[in-house]
Amino acid sequence: MTIEILMPALSPTMTEGTLAKWHKAEGDEVAPGDVIAEIETDKATMEVEAVDGGRVGRILVAEGTDEVKVNQILAVLLEDGEDASALESAVADAANAPAPNAETPAPTAAKTAPAAATEPAKVAPQRDGTRIFASPLARRLAANAGLDLGSLRGSGPRGRIVKADVEAAAALPATTPTAQPSTPGEAEFELIPHTAMRRAIARRLTQSKQTIPHFYLTIDCQIDQLLEIRRELNGRSDEYKISVNDMVIKMCAQALIEVPAANAAWSEEGAKFFNSADIAVAVAVPGGLITPIIRGAEAKGLRAISNEMKDLVGRAREGKLAPEEYTGGTFSVSNLGMYGIREFAAVINPPQACILAVGAGSQRPVVTDGALGVATVMTCTLSVDHRVVDGAVGAEYLAALKSLIESPLSLML
Amino acid sequence: MSENKFDVVIVGGGPGGYVAAIRAAQLGLKTTVVEAKHLGGICLNWGCIPTKALLRCSEINNLLHNLDSFGFSAENITFDITKVVQRSRSVANQLSGGVQHLLKKNKVEVFDGWGRLGGAGKVAVEKDGKLVADLEAKHVILATGARARELPGLEADGKRVWTYMEAMVPESLPASLLVVGSGAIGVEFASFYRNLGSEVTVVEVLDRVLPVEDEEISLFAAKAFEKQGMTLMTSAQVKTLKSGPKGVTATIEAAGKTTDLTVERVIMAVGIVGNVEDIGLEGTKVAVDRGHIVINEWCETGETGVYAIGDVVGPPWLAHKASHEGVICIEKIAGVNDVRPLDISNIPGCTYCHPQVASVGLTEQAAKDAGHKVKVGRFPFAGNGKAVAMGDTEGMVKTVFDADTGELLGAHMIGAEVTEMIQGYGIAKTLETTESELLQTVFAHPTISETMHESVLNAYGRTIHY
Repeated sequence: MTIEILMPALSPTMTEGTLAKWHKAEGDEVAPGDVIAEIETDKATMEVEAVDGGRVGRILVAEGTDEVKVNQILAVLLEDGEDASALESAVADAANAPAPNAETPAPTAAKTAPAAATEPAKVAPQRDGTRIFASPLARRLAANAGLDLGSLRGSGPRGRIVKADVEAAAALPATTPTAQPSTPGEAEFELIPHTAMRRAIARRLTQSKQTIPHFYLTIDCQIDQLLEIRRELNGRSDEYKISVNDMVIKMCAQALIEVPAANAAWSEEGAKFFNSADIAVAVAVPGGLITPIIRGAEAKGLRAISNEMKDLVGRAREGKLAPEEYTGGTFSVSNLGMYGIREFAAVINPPQACILAVGAGSQRPVVTDGALGVATVMTCTLSVDHRVVDGAVGAEYLAALKSLIESPLSLML
Repeated sequence: MSENKFDVVIVGGGPGGYVAAIRAAQLGLKTTVVEAKHLGGICLNWGCIPTKALLRCSEINNLLHNLDSFGFSAENITFDITKVVQRSRSVANQLSGGVQHLLKKNKVEVFDGWGRLGGAGKVAVEKDGKLVADLEAKHVILATGARARELPGLEADGKRVWTYMEAMVPESLPASLLVVGSGAIGVEFASFYRNLGSEVTVVEVLDRVLPVEDEEISLFAAKAFEKQGMTLMTSAQVKTLKSGPKGVTATIEAAGKTTDLTVERVIMAVGIVGNVEDIGLEGTKVAVDRGHIVINEWCETGETGVYAIGDVVGPPWLAHKASHEGVICIEKIAGVNDVRPLDISNIPGCTYCHPQVASVGLTEQAAKDAGHKVKVGRFPFAGNGKAVAMGDTEGMVKTVFDADTGELLGAHMIGAEVTEMIQGYGIAKTLETTESELLQTVFAHPTISETMHESVLNAYGRTIHY
């Protein structure tokens, strides 16, 4: 009996994903537990392991295919002793199967298929089974670069895909040649197809701006004391290097504990108020951004936060974060201080209610008790979902945060 | 003169020009070739072919002097250099006649004379100082070839100081010979004369003979040549040549020391330069750089409708490169699909010295310089059954792969028959095979070609027979 490999749902909300890479080719033996493919979702790449063993009979979804629906058949495995005839009927079934319903609970990986039809199909569609002409070197290079040969145009004899085609595609990832302007007067442009991450950013942030009534609160924080303490802490050991951002994460968490009304999320059923401060931190990665989470940051020390952030940022840039590491935070921090940005307003990261936009600390004139002085000042702007957090609560939260930032020793209390 | 209107006029009937003409005719283009001297060019008349005829004779001489190892004996083995040269000339003549026949068969008209660009789409043909035809064509291909490079002060006189031309038609065998330059032309003549019995000295300005080959192959060749009794002087330069009653005295500078060497004959083989003079380039947009016409990947010059192919556009100076450029140029003109620019790294090069040398692609050093992490395989002929049976155990095959992708970057061979065997790697490279296909290819036994397989096996730590 043939075994179907279905598109798994890697998170409860996942409806579709990109088949990033096949680790097995047609004809390869598969043992239970073998990694057979990589699926790229909104924000990470996950490996798909086989549950059952067998031999890859046919791959139905080519590498690099976008928007593969959850539960769609990716490939068909043959069990021991089965030959291609079993395959044809299974593939025909796959072709005739109704569109998969992404709402039904998805298997976590490969799943045994229902009994395949025993009589051979009259016409076995050649769906995706067509041969791709490519040089051996082109195949090797494409596999190394994670490129789908089916998406490339061959420039060799009779359209054969050769080294130069793969190299060109690898040099310009997912780029099509300069397109002709579609509107008269439009300048020439390069059309870059969306990655799964880019689509996720577009979808979530559009949803955020369209459905969340944002309002913004801005406050200046003097950080000379904070910098002094940071300097002193970092001077004690070479085993850690605490950044201003690490301290801001810690203080945001502490302030959320002090003002729990800001640690919130809107839902149709009711307003959620969280018990722990799970701080999502925006990290720029190639092709977009991702928000890994420091969970229970209020209970963690600066050293722990700092080391955890380094690990998360490193793996985020490699696309190696697990979904639970970047979904489900309660509050977000976005820091553009390192780019010299003085202040900005961030788009709320739904379903959270608040995001803090942190600017660069810089020496500015300050007036204290009628006297002009100089202090290092960092401007923070809180974007707030007015559905669950009102202006006064937001202001109270910012005041608590400012107090922590300006007298960091109070963390000790 | 409507009959003098063509789609394509090709100036030069060498291996670039005549092959381009035949391909053009096949594609239905009305084509003509203008040739001033011999159809077939240098290759057929004064290069590749007649030298192979000569080298065949020196090979036979070697064999005859080595009969004892095969259980034969013969006495008074002699040869007549005049007959050796005659044979070489008749081979060249036969093939030149063949080209004439092929062009006729393909209805390519041949104009006998000197072709010169004369304005847009025009070529004037001159014979003995008189204009014999004015040709008009949409496309003009310059395939005028190249000639021996001359060094100032060391010019060939054609009597005692030869170029390849005179070296090919000796009246007698010189007792002593100095070959200046150890590229393919230099070592082929050195081999020919040494194997017939001349005392041969080769002077090379670079630090090794056959300097374009992989260093290991160069060193292997040098050992073999020295074993045959050749004197090799590398990192050495001939400063002056003086003709005297006893011959030519060369002043050679090496490692800061100067030595004099008196020889009967000198062969100058210090490279070649393109024939770019007096072909009407003046006033056109055709650019010339260091003696060679500048072209793009489709053999187009800076002047619309003017193309150039072969030796006149620069290295590698190989007949098969010229022919292939001719085909690419014509197919592009005719709008054939799937035309691809020439990839120099897929052009094999062969040198017919003894032992033979053949290579394709990057040397190990060039691969490293290009940033490749390499896997290198080697296999000696001594480990090959057929080579032992034939008594040809002097040789080796070296293969260079990209360690990350398995791409065959280069193959370098020395030994018997390697000039025939190199095509195997040429096909492999053109088809972009990786080590995997080469490892899986079944090589026939017993053949010397099995060394090609073993070299690949060796690169991946799987040598069987050594």
